[in-house]
Amino acid sequence: MAEKNDILVQVDHLTKYFGVKGVKGPGVQAVEDVSLFIRRGETLGLVGESGCGKTTLGRTILRLHEPTSGTITYDGQVIYQREYPFEARTEQVKGADGAMHEETLLVKKQVPKEKAADMLPYRRKMQIIFQDPSASLDPRMTVGEIIGEALDIHKLCASKKERSDRIKELLAMVGLNTEHANRYPHEFSGGQQQRVGIARALAVKPEFIVCDEPISALDVSIQSQVVNMLEDMQQDLGLTYLFIAHDLSVVRHISSRIGVMYLGTLVELAESYELNRNPIHPYTKTLLSAVPVPDPEVSRSRQRIVLEGDIPSPMNPPKGCRFHTRCPYATDKCKEAVPQFKEHAPGHWAACHLLG
Amino acid sequence: MAQTEKTGKLLEVKDLRVSFFTPAGEVKAVGGISYELDYGEVMGIVGESGSGKSQEAYAIMGLLQSPGKVIGGSITLEGEDVLAKSKAEMIAMRGSKVAMIFQNPMTCLNPVYTIGNQLIEALRAHDKSVSKEEAAKRAMSMLEMVGINNVQKRMKQYPHELSGGMRQRVMIAMGLICHPQLLIADEPTTALDVTIQAQILELMKDLQKKTHMGIIFITHNLGVVAEICDKVSVMYAGKIVEQGLVDDIFYHPAHPYTEGLLRSMPRVDAESYERLIPIEGTPVDMLNPPEGCPFAPRCEHAMKICLHKMPPYVEVGDRHRSACWLRVEEQVQQEKAAPEAQAGEKEADERG
Repeated sequence: MAEKNDILVQVDHLTKYFGVKGVKGPGVQAVEDVSLFIRRGETLGLVGESGCGKTTLGRTILRLHEPTSGTITYDGQVIYQREYPFEARTEQVKGADGAMHEETLLVKKQVPKEKAADMLPYRRKMQIIFQDPSASLDPRMTVGEIIGEALDIHKLCASKKERSDRIKELLAMVGLNTEHANRYPHEFSGGQQQRVGIARALAVKPEFIVCDEPISALDVSIQSQVVNMLEDMQQDLGLTYLFIAHDLSVVRHISSRIGVMYLGTLVELAESYELNRNPIHPYTKTLLSAVPVPDPEVSRSRQRIVLEGDIPSPMNPPKGCRFHTRCPYATDKCKEAVPQFKEHAPGHWAACHLLG
Repeated sequence: MAQTEKTGKLLEVKDLRVSFFTPAGEVKAVGGISYELDYGEVMGIVGESGSGKSQEAYAIMGLLQSPGKVIGGSITLEGEDVLAKSKAEMIAMRGSKVAMIFQNPMTCLNPVYTIGNQLIEALRAHDKSVSKEEAAKRAMSMLEMVGINNVQKRMKQYPHELSGGMRQRVMIAMGLICHPQLLIADEPTTALDVTIQAQILELMKDLQKKTHMGIIFITHNLGVVAEICDKVSVMYAGKIVEQGLVDDIFYHPAHPYTEGLLRSMPRVDAESYERLIPIEGTPVDMLNPPEGCPFAPRCEHAMKICLHKMPPYVEVGDRHRSACWLRVEEQVQQEKAAPEAQAGEKEADERG
């Protein structure tokens, strides 16, 4: 682990379940026992397929979703802490064939009340950029009002003059014209709308920004513009990013370290070039081999691992290692025991029984 | 699929123009494009959203939605003029000769009919003589061919019971059930995850080898193009700006837009960190397209002539052409240089 004051965000055993009406037990197990830390000034990338819980994890760290259990520490301050409120219990269940058989279920148990901080001061420090820029901007507010709202909530501007100056400064910072402040979101292209979204996040001078698929909805030729801008901002303002995306090539480009998620769990985490050169978890290997490379010769000569089947439902995830149903190397142990997320080489973490 | 393998020209599109007549004015979605496709060939059409790549495909299928209209050019499929066909003839052609698969399989499958029902319907719509039992048999063998197991059960399931990748497989099965010669795939893997995308790409490569059909693969993902296509057409603002074999496009791009696209993409196999070089500016507003070359306002090499005149196509290699004034200029200079070189040789001969 890095030095204590070097770490800006730390998450320990974070779990987020979404209860489902009419279903006994925990419901959708979106994020399961994730532990990670983010160093000051770095970009941690988070990749995974849709439904793997990467967006939920990002939002839960910001407490836009209230976690189910775990600890979130921001800059040394615990902003959320709660014990795991479920326990495994073996019960007799009536099967589809009518016969009774034993099944292990997660049952709610009593835990002490959570310890949670008042978030308003932290909202100034932690911000988010959303995936769909048109859906995350209020269509009835002008761009100036959208950016100004953040300034008003945190009472960052003493006078009207200061407020409008700051809005203009922010617009210039993200490459928009100052007269754009009086326009409505629908008057902008997708790339420009995303720039507004970024300006809004930057308005409160945050330290930490969760970028939730910020370029997925944009055209190819615009994506690299936004990526470069995010990199420049990080340099100039010393920002720390959690960069969530499903496109491994983009994540690898922008991140210093990358975490790979599968069905709610973190399966591997390493320096971005190390992860690419030396992936150790079977899922990471398949994911890397599945990304199409824009180079005909490489893609002709490349050996591809094609996974069978689809992602299981997070409502009823497989026991043991969650990847075992699709893993080409799965053994009996993988079906029974949950693998520990361990450091196998300095800074290279993975959760797999095969690695010992 | 035991037909004799046909060779030669399958599809020829010549100077196709598609316009949308909106209240705000005419939008020239496709502004005169031409290409040829042989049997057994896979052509990729690459472009950003709004570049007209899908509208061009809808024109071939006769599926343009009002206010869109084909206003010029010709489409010839297996020697027949597609644009001259009547409504009934188009219905007969769709499905049996040309099939199309779409980006989002959920919106294309009927949610209230079972998979089996829809497959059988697709088959019997074109050939009434097939009995229901025979059709069901063929539907099941088709499902097996696209890699779906447990077909008996799947036939009775509804689209919502299947996963995204599975639905796309069903779409492909439905498209291929009448053995079309041409398959148009409109972003078939865009809505899927990378591991599922890999499955579908492998499947399409496999089926293409088995059936020897021509495929038009529409996508914005250059990685997918490198993977599956024999040749590529790059579209920008309703025009094909560059066309060529896949290796030429990737290794010797001859249009600044293609170059820019290739440069702006981060690669998963890059050895070290390199800052991305984006294409500056924003895509063209198709209501008020610029005069001249549509890419000129974003092009770093733009010259005066680019801003008011559309460049002609220049052959830069074997089946490789590009619409760019830079290439025109190079050609003119080569032609100028050629007689001088010949004269030089003559002189050398005389002296020798």
